[in-house]
Amino acid sequence: MSTIERAGQGTGNYLDDRIGVNRWLKKNLGKIFPDHWSFMLGEIALYSFIVLLLTGTYLSLFFKPSMTEIVYNGSYVNLQGIRMSEAYASTLGISFDVRGGLLMRQVHHWAALLFVAAMTVHLCRVFFTGAFRKPRELNWLMGVGLLTLGIFEGFAGYSLPDDLLSGTGLRIAEGIVQAIPIVGTYLAFFIFGGPFPGSDFIPRLYIVHVLLIPGAILGLITAHLMLVWFQKHTQFPGPGRTEKNVVGYPLMPVYMAKAGGFFFVVFGVCVLLGAAVTINPVWLFGPYTPTQITAGSQPDWYIGWLDGALRLMPNWEINAFGHTLSLNVFIPSVVIPGICFTLLGLYPFLEQWITGDRREHHLLDRPRNAAVRTAAGAMAITFYLVLWIGGGNDVIATHFALSINTVIWTLRVLLLVLPPIVFVITKRFCLSLQRRDRDKLLHGIETGTILRMPSGEFLELHAPVSESEKVLLMAGDRYEPLELDTTPDDNGVSPRVSSVDRIRAKLSQAYFADQFRLSPEELAAAEEHHAHAALDAGQGGETAGAVAAVTGDGEAAALTAAAQAGSSPDQA
Amino acid sequence: MRTSSVTRPSRATQARRHPWAFVVLIGLALVMVGGLYTVLGSASAAQADATNPDTIQQGHALFLEGCSSCHGLNAQGVNGRGPSLIGVGAADVDFQVGTGRMPAATYNVPQVERRTVQYSQAEIDAMAAYVASLAPGPSVPSFSDLDLTGANLQAGGELFRTNCAQCHNFAGEGGALTLGKYAPSLTGSTPRHIWEAMLVGPQSMPKFPNTTITPLQKRDIIFYLTTVRAQPNPGGLSLGRVGPVSEGLFLWVVGLGVVIAVAVWIGAKSS
Amino acid sequence: MSDEHAAQAGPGQEVAPVAHAENPLAPGLPPHRPRRADVDPRAAKRAERQVALLFTLSALCTIGFIVGYVEIPNSEVLNLPLMGAVSASNFTLGVTLGLAIFLIGAGAIHWAKKLMPDVEGVDERHELRSSDETREAVYAQVAEGIADSGFGQRKLIRRTLLGAMALLPLSALVLLRDLGPLPGTELRTTLWAKGVRIVQDPSLQPIRPEDVVFGGLVSGLPATLMAVEDSAGTLNARAKSPVILIRLRPEEIVAEQGKNWDYEGILCYSKICTHVGCPTALYEHQTHHLLCPCHQSTFDLADAGKVVFGPAARAMPQLAITVDADGYLVAQHDFTQPIGPSFWERG
Repeated sequence: MSTIERAGQGTGNYLDDRIGVNRWLKKNLGKIFPDHWSFMLGEIALYSFIVLLLTGTYLSLFFKPSMTEIVYNGSYVNLQGIRMSEAYASTLGISFDVRGGLLMRQVHHWAALLFVAAMTVHLCRVFFTGAFRKPRELNWLMGVGLLTLGIFEGFAGYSLPDDLLSGTGLRIAEGIVQAIPIVGTYLAFFIFGGPFPGSDFIPRLYIVHVLLIPGAILGLITAHLMLVWFQKHTQFPGPGRTEKNVVGYPLMPVYMAKAGGFFFVVFGVCVLLGAAVTINPVWLFGPYTPTQITAGSQPDWYIGWLDGALRLMPNWEINAFGHTLSLNVFIPSVVIPGICFTLLGLYPFLEQWITGDRREHHLLDRPRNAAVRTAAGAMAITFYLVLWIGGGNDVIATHFALSINTVIWTLRVLLLVLPPIVFVITKRFCLSLQRRDRDKLLHGIETGTILRMPSGEFLELHAPVSESEKVLLMAGDRYEPLELDTTPDDNGVSPRVSSVDRIRAKLSQAYFADQFRLSPEELAAAEEHHAHAALDAGQGGETAGAVAAVTGDGEAAALTAAAQAGSSPDQA
Repeated sequence: MRTSSVTRPSRATQARRHPWAFVVLIGLALVMVGGLYTVLGSASAAQADATNPDTIQQGHALFLEGCSSCHGLNAQGVNGRGPSLIGVGAADVDFQVGTGRMPAATYNVPQVERRTVQYSQAEIDAMAAYVASLAPGPSVPSFSDLDLTGANLQAGGELFRTNCAQCHNFAGEGGALTLGKYAPSLTGSTPRHIWEAMLVGPQSMPKFPNTTITPLQKRDIIFYLTTVRAQPNPGGLSLGRVGPVSEGLFLWVVGLGVVIAVAVWIGAKSS
Repeated sequence: MSDEHAAQAGPGQEVAPVAHAENPLAPGLPPHRPRRADVDPRAAKRAERQVALLFTLSALCTIGFIVGYVEIPNSEVLNLPLMGAVSASNFTLGVTLGLAIFLIGAGAIHWAKKLMPDVEGVDERHELRSSDETREAVYAQVAEGIADSGFGQRKLIRRTLLGAMALLPLSALVLLRDLGPLPGTELRTTLWAKGVRIVQDPSLQPIRPEDVVFGGLVSGLPATLMAVEDSAGTLNARAKSPVILIRLRPEEIVAEQGKNWDYEGILCYSKICTHVGCPTALYEHQTHHLLCPCHQSTFDLADAGKVVFGPAARAMPQLAITVDADGYLVAQHDFTQPIGPSFWERG
């Protein structure tokens, strides 16, 4: 035994004596993880969060979360002698006087953008493949929570330097809180320690940003990962993959190397971004003062949709009985995100109610096989994208030489008109893909080989799909719409159906009435029909026999025979 | 240089005129004219020319040819086409024509755009002189007006952020106004044109006369703008100095793109 | 769990016939295709060298980082193609560190893909739920525990416990009261008052009427601001009091918010947008419209500052002005409405 092996075993025994670690290792060192690239999107979020923790800790050693006004005398010439908060001055110090400070600041900010972006694409992957179904609903909820926390955390983070751009964002945030009915002004004064801007907000935001939200995120990430570990990851359907197994590579050594390597890749990309691309050049914005503003004031990308909502909202306000209800502010900044995140969180439960399916699912759906879910997701993304584009309307206007008023009106119309259109188009697209899969199963794949019959007829030969592709095409559940039981009982009385059940049936109809999926019974019947036809073809018809000889394929011969007979195979 | 075989002049003329006298005289005249031109011409050529009736006449001719169709034969303006130029001053003409905005290709636009400059500086000076002769108005900046020695960079920044950034953005990259109008990017503007724009308030831009922004403050602002646009971007690629919109776009396309590409590489079967 | 065709349905509804994803004809895993490095030892050696190269380059980059940190001062500028002038320190430290980290990852991944076994393994999924016996045992145990504790029967204990626990969080709520003062009239008043001079921002010089020209824009602050700001140490007063001054010809003024609030055509408006509070200073003098850059609210300053486009619901508040004995512009009184964003109690 080499020294290393001896040392390793010694450590293992030491720990095992005390916490029984070898039992856990025995079970888990060979744990299998499936290996699709789309399963790594969540990992991008995890690793960028670790980057945030590391760079954030570094920054916290130099940043001063204080709004006390001082006169700057650091090395950035443009602002020497200017009065500014200590927070802003310390940010300038990090950027210009601490070696590697600017790098750490930029890496931190790029990683933050990547963190939320990764969570967003990960959410889309989980949604479109139906990975949120039982038993993973709780994980979905935790993911939605993580996304929400990440957005708040990012906003808090880029507001800490107290520069003109982010300070404007804080002013807008205060205006939003103020507009909340009944409690708005109290909330605003409590949060800011008085009127805006006060002197308490940056230190409070700092604690939220470095302690409270990261703690919550860490807790949720831990629970999220524990569930993924315990429930095992889902996998795409394919040969050898069932609801009862996981196919992939073992934790040690393959997954450790791949996942560990991916961590370094994500980290490296963040650092390279921080090396080569300027982000948040606070020295150009100047310190925050409530009398200055810059053209092109935008929040970071993940808040862009809310800013867009504020820009597109018509100026509705209700003044009655001595009170003001600012719908123009309240709806886009509180109501819309509230509804969106609530619907997002509730979706797994909503879909389960509609399908009535209480079984576990470990094989993922192909998005085309869940046409309404996919279309609903596409519709939601369209809604989000229109709002997001709205948030950058002035940049669009200047760069494409458009009138900003026209842009705003166009986006207002698109916001209402485009999502339903996208829904219909996406659903139709999914259904046509389903039909293509069905045709493949029933008729085989077009080979491009044309057979000319002695009678002058042209036939194209079809090859049947391979076994493994058949598994893929047949994968996924085929649901029938729920039907209301309206048959009257012996006394001629129809059962009473509640409106909730009626809605459920209607939604179920909407989800599943249109589909082209083959059930296993239909496929079996079709295959049997082919087999019979092949037998017949073998007995009679020299053409069919010729086909069989040329292609060596009984099914093709059967198809030819059927075509000759003038019937189509799926008229079973 | 070979001397030509010229008849030697008589003793009387020889005493009065040196063989080189003519050459020296021409040389002196050239030096004097050139010197005068250097002293008076470069700094305030327009001012010097503005009072010259020939310059004004040349300007008038250029005006009739290139400007009167929209601004009227007497620069009184034509309804729906061009405003009156009476009282706008030489500075406005120098700015509009000097940045190529005038002559406008069409007047049916929300805002006239910068184009290639159509006239030489001398012609612009002439037209400016003509317009200035119609009625008193802001004049072009003098050499000392644009002398940035001793200008205060930090004060210029404060003034820029208070008066200019709301339309032109924190780095002078420009911004949107209503109905298709815009505040243009200042990254290519000369100090002269910046001064004139502040003074004159072209198109939608407000006027900042010397009582609102003093000449000293104008110099500070010009100094800040010309310094900032020449300064390095310490963090790397500037992405246009437009703010979070371009940063978010870059992240989604490049940042996320690269990372997902690596993920696809990880998941792919290897040979 | 294998043949559950019965999805649980509600009353009055038929059970939906559901096709199951299990396909008894499903083929097993596809056969393993060996990689080059699996069969060819030279290919394996080559892959090993590639991985080692990546790790070595990473180490070199780390050394480069350390050297760069020590040698390159913060002020040094590096001129690069395409990128222009950048901070030499940031670029060098970033590229070396970034590559040092990235290459470790690339090496590990390359190692795994080329050399580590790529035979797919299969894990059986275990039943997630516990058995029925376990469930019943647990429920029985819990029921017994509750019975033992007497929580069910002893109503007095239960009720007082719940009461105490329900009341306790109120103390946390109460502790938060001193987070900030109550709004009071803070949102309704600014520093402006009768006779307060308007001074220029940022020079703090007082303003004469002739300083405000047609088509001009003057940013103003109350003359009393600096004293207040120095003693309060916050920007609160500044956040409510900035104004802008413009001049219009009498025939251009369609309406004002009060009679004689202008001075010889000079109008003074608040600079804080009534939508969510951004400074609004994009004055288009040809149309006399004021545009806010945040969400594009547009106000017509010739028509009592009313909103002509955008999400703001209320007109920009106007400040009544006049001149004082020395001929400088002053306010007649404070704004007659709260400036800035709306709030519930606004009226």
